[in-house]
Amino acid sequence: MRIFDPHIHMTSRTTDDYEAMYAAGVRAVVEPSFWLGQPRTSPATFFDYFDSLLGWEPFRAAQYGIAHHCALALNPKEANDPRCRPVLDELPRYLVKDQVVAVGEIGYDSMTPAEDTALAAQLQLAADHDLPALVHTPHRDKAAGLRRTLDVVRESTLPPERVLVDHLNETTVKEAKDSGCWLGFSVYPDTKMDEERMVAILRAYGPEQVLVNSAADWGRSDPLKTRGVGDLMLAEGFTEDEVERVLWHNPVAFYGLSGRLNLDVGGTDATHEGNSILRGGA
Amino acid sequence: MTPLHPDTDSPTAGPLLTTPSALRARLAARLTDAARSWLDRALDEAAAHPGTHGPISVWELRLAEAGRRCGPEHADAARVLILHAARADTEAVTRVYRQGTGPERRAVLHALPHLVPGPDALPLVEDALRANDTGLVAAAVGPYAARHLDAHQWRHAVLKCLFTGVPVTAVADLARRARGDAELARMLGDYAAERTAAGRPVPEDLYRVLALTEAGSPPPPPGAADPHGKES
Repeated sequence: MRIFDPHIHMTSRTTDDYEAMYAAGVRAVVEPSFWLGQPRTSPATFFDYFDSLLGWEPFRAAQYGIAHHCALALNPKEANDPRCRPVLDELPRYLVKDQVVAVGEIGYDSMTPAEDTALAAQLQLAADHDLPALVHTPHRDKAAGLRRTLDVVRESTLPPERVLVDHLNETTVKEAKDSGCWLGFSVYPDTKMDEERMVAILRAYGPEQVLVNSAADWGRSDPLKTRGVGDLMLAEGFTEDEVERVLWHNPVAFYGLSGRLNLDVGGTDATHEGNSILRGGA
Repeated sequence: MTPLHPDTDSPTAGPLLTTPSALRARLAARLTDAARSWLDRALDEAAAHPGTHGPISVWELRLAEAGRRCGPEHADAARVLILHAARADTEAVTRVYRQGTGPERRAVLHALPHLVPGPDALPLVEDALRANDTGLVAAAVGPYAARHLDAHQWRHAVLKCLFTGVPVTAVADLARRARGDAELARMLGDYAAERTAAGRPVPEDLYRVLALTEAGSPPPPPGAADPHGKES
């Protein structure tokens, strides 16, 4: 089974996770920038974080045979801190980088005016840089948050077919699908979606434009949840083609909208010297 | 000995083994038509508008997108050429290194001998030698480091290559700098002893460098002493 995890925060994960992910079939990931648990207090710490997503993390992933791309943005939670807002001014120089395949994750946390501004500005940045956008839906007041998110998307110059709306569930999937956006679902051990509910949604709404991710980070989460969904899909009668569509072709199609997806791990840093010694040596 | 370089087998082998004009000819022969015309335009722009303009200069944008325009296997060579065409000075290479992705930083390191005559860009080499990204370490030990790193830093760079599995063929001017270096020999011997005590194999490359440290080892034949020295 070939898996592309379209939303996972590898910075917070160990090399054991990379090994287990590879063994489970994961060959590509997108790491969206988000908050780190501890709030940041200055733009400089964001820049070090972005540099890590464009330097160290893809190198680390490549050592385990996994292609790593990222989505960059000022996340909604920290967009509320005026000390962090200058990050928006520096984003353009990051959004031109080869491994950046989307602006994200953006969206709403508490639905404040500052979040309105950051979301609209970053949808425009995505349009300006020919990038799609990964827009998460808030954890609290989700249905209202989705409607407000879709309103802002409609008012933006970015067409819905270049927007992935993430962290969807039973209460938000229909409205999101009707909007024409791509549909993202995060499968978690306790919260968000689980494997059984995910398969039920796939049965009800079909695999078109559906992306399944683990959204694994520093909280209780599991980077192998994507594989769990694939296994359950097969057990429940979905075909291998349908599984591959959801777990591979859909994420490739969505992030491929950037024109920057390079799924050949051999073409990245770790094996640049063309010498396999480099891959296991560090 | 035959000069070796880890890039020997790659299509745009060793951005440093040749002059920028020869590198451009070799790269152009391997690019698709679309990539070649993109590169031609990027180099013309860089030559016409070098220096710093606004928040980000056009040549810096081209530097960033070289991977997706030319293909990742040709990105190093394309970026070295763009930096050269833009006549990037120490200040410019420092900025694009600090603001660069892993591959962009690697290209800056490869380009240093073409761009910075003195030791002013050494902080970039030192930064890369602190990294654990072996692609950066390998690019850091090129001819610029061979020319400017002091003895202590250079010995640690060689040892780091052995530690991280970077083939020592990446180390420019290895034979000349290693010859008669008793302190390097001691460090290598200690490292070998540590590996042996732990029941771990000693890297083959260690013995190769150790042999080069012998004061009596024959000097490299003419033309091989500085195999990377032909860059402008």
